[in-house]
Amino acid sequence: MFAIFQYPFIQNAFIAGSIVAIVAAVLGYFLIVRGLSFAGHALSSIGFAGAAGAVLLGVSPIYGLMAFTVTASIAISFLGREIRERDVATGVIMTFALGLGILFLSLYHGYAEQAYSILFGTIVGVSRDDVVFTFILGLIILAVMAIIGRPLLFSSFDSELAETRGVPLRALGSVFLILIALTISITTQVIGILLVFALLVGPSATAIRLVHQPFRAIVLSIILGLTYTWLGILLGGNSPWPVSFFITALSFGVYLPVRLFSKGIDSKRSAEGFEKLSIADSHLAPRKDHHD
Amino acid sequence: MIDILRHGFVQNAFFAGVIVATISGFIGYFVVLRGQTFACEALSHIGFAGATGAALVGASSLEGMFLFTLIAAIGMGALGKRLSSRDIEVGIVLSFVLGLGVLFLSIYTRNTTGAVGVLFGSILSVTINDVLVTLGSGMVIILMLVILFRPLLFASIEPEVAEARGVPVQQLSIFFLILLALSVTLTVKVVGVLLVFALLVVPAAAAEHLTHRPWLAITLSILISLMATLGGLILAFIGHWPVSFYIVSLTSLFYFISLIIHALRFPRHYRELPHPSREVLPPSL
Amino acid sequence: MRNIKTQEPIIQLEQVDVGLGGRTILKNIHLSIQPGEFIVILGPNGAGKTTFLKLLLGLIQPASGVVRVLGQIPKVGSHLIGYAPQHRVFDSELPLRGRDLVGFGLDGHRWGFGWPSQGRREKIDQVLKEVDGLDLADAPFGQLSGGEQQRLLIAQALLTDPRLLILDEPLANLDLAYQQDVVALIDKVCRTRGVTILLVAHDINPLLQVTDRVLYMARGHSAIGLPDEVITESNLTKLYGSPVQVVRTLGRFFVVGAEV
Repeated sequence: MFAIFQYPFIQNAFIAGSIVAIVAAVLGYFLIVRGLSFAGHALSSIGFAGAAGAVLLGVSPIYGLMAFTVTASIAISFLGREIRERDVATGVIMTFALGLGILFLSLYHGYAEQAYSILFGTIVGVSRDDVVFTFILGLIILAVMAIIGRPLLFSSFDSELAETRGVPLRALGSVFLILIALTISITTQVIGILLVFALLVGPSATAIRLVHQPFRAIVLSIILGLTYTWLGILLGGNSPWPVSFFITALSFGVYLPVRLFSKGIDSKRSAEGFEKLSIADSHLAPRKDHHD
Repeated sequence: MIDILRHGFVQNAFFAGVIVATISGFIGYFVVLRGQTFACEALSHIGFAGATGAALVGASSLEGMFLFTLIAAIGMGALGKRLSSRDIEVGIVLSFVLGLGVLFLSIYTRNTTGAVGVLFGSILSVTINDVLVTLGSGMVIILMLVILFRPLLFASIEPEVAEARGVPVQQLSIFFLILLALSVTLTVKVVGVLLVFALLVVPAAAAEHLTHRPWLAITLSILISLMATLGGLILAFIGHWPVSFYIVSLTSLFYFISLIIHALRFPRHYRELPHPSREVLPPSL
Repeated sequence: MRNIKTQEPIIQLEQVDVGLGGRTILKNIHLSIQPGEFIVILGPNGAGKTTFLKLLLGLIQPASGVVRVLGQIPKVGSHLIGYAPQHRVFDSELPLRGRDLVGFGLDGHRWGFGWPSQGRREKIDQVLKEVDGLDLADAPFGQLSGGEQQRLLIAQALLTDPRLLILDEPLANLDLAYQQDVVALIDKVCRTRGVTILLVAHDINPLLQVTDRVLYMARGHSAIGLPDEVITESNLTKLYGSPVQVVRTLGRFFVVGAEV
């Protein structure tokens, strides 16, 4: 079974997948905590249009993907209104982008393969160059996260207090969404644009249900993400079924029982959600004097 | 141009389009009101897996889609009782079932034409049988929505008071999702999985920007949906691009117009807006 | 303080225990409330206040003891009880007018979609006038201020001509001026309609002028009586199980050392 690791394309997949899993886990945690899951989904669909458009222009899809998602993320970050309204507005943008994507696909006769790979991922088609690209981009994303991580966490849990302490909420929100856009771009290579969620949200959602402290939750979600990816590659490499399916199945397969059976753990707290946390709930709010 | 209407498939397309647009416009009002737009997305993606899976076993893709979405709807209704993690729940389910879709596709010897139709819409291949099924289901959905109208509206806006008044809020939520599952299945035929949002959510959202009266909003929602669908069909026969693209573009246009009208009529006076990272909890799921 | 003639109590609890998920939330509650009384329910969060209200609404059953509301076992959907739950933040873009939301109180629970009728409109207008909210009728509900929304929610609760009005924290999140408006409105309703009021609050002071009795709940136990009788150091210390100080000055109560 482990014989597949002798193949360079599996090695590439492994390295790229690991980088992506780590980045997705970290960003995913914040995505959930900030209630932006739908925006994440929308961005991935918008990315599809970008990728399809890029293919139409004869350019590598990843650039179209990045261009569209980054632009859209900036647009979405200005939709700072109430959730219901924001979801709809985000959805409208997403749907129109998808419509464009469909148009581009229909105009580009042939290369349904390429569309397939954008939609569902071809981690086993990752080249050495792709790995380098993913590594560098991943590093940049993590570096920026290291810088903005603490104020971002602060503003996610207690935005009012953060604002009075001088945290630039809007700018931070925009930067974060741009990072999400970039994360989606590199994750798409591994798992395809329709399944990005499995790596972006799955591990973090599971981790949050088990562990409340932010730092520990992030670490757990990284561990989970890496596990799903490695197992996914292993299983996918040894069977005719696609890797992305296994990763998604693992992600959901672990989340579901955790979701169903972790209700007992401080369910009232989980039910109220992080949004309602005030500084008075000090044992759940991030401690600002030492890094959790 | 009128000559085209003599073709059976064109007539079917128009009939199916009208029925589906009416249904989507009506139920879409509630989807937007209840903040269940993400659930709607999820159901459409789940439907995709159901359709491709059904094609795999040789069954009707419509039935496969309905079965999967039905199960998902019940699951969502039961699981999503607490307000939190609404989108996480749905997002995870979405991903998983898409994964199923991937599997079925890959097994299905890369014969992507069927899957393409489900993904991107295939209104021009609607048969008279499809029209009849759509009509029958459509009438059931609309009938149910009319019967449930008041308690559903009440439960969507004020679940606790409604519950105290004897409205079965939890059961209504599940039943609504079941109706939504059925509506999604029908809508996929016209615009495809990826664009279900365009017919089910966007017209209603536009309407809800234009008026605060429930009945007027529903009427507008249906009207916008109809205009986009019929307009899209007509444009597709004149032009060369996919029908679903035209329909989606029209709904987006209507939404954009409704935003402008709304901004003109209700200029935003200073009001404390929730911060970007603080949620305003929507009702139920 | 009004002269309440002792008659058949509108609410009666005898040795009532209520549990939820294995925990006992209310222990040995024993009280009776007369028609027309204005009762303020005080106590910290999690003390069982909302559970108590749900009990009266028939949404939960007691583990033991007897509960009677208007002489009957509480049943869900009683028209004789008006209920305004804890204030939710309504979407500011909510596509409903003031009168639409108020109208729920009349027939929101009935099947079908209900034809608009003159009679229905008159009933809604009448209750809107009572809460001084006619000018809010056609405004988008989400755009109204907290105090205005609260007024309409009370109107909603009054539509079925209830004998008992249950208000869960109607003064929360309201400016002081709005609070006084709402208190005056509720008091007016109590006096003119003879409705029994159960109002949950966190601060007795805005309500001192209108309160008949206070029902204080903490850690599942309760004590009911006149404000001066109930809000005392010995009572509260016993209820909370930890030292509580009560300062009575400037015509107000100040409770120190415990979450109110």
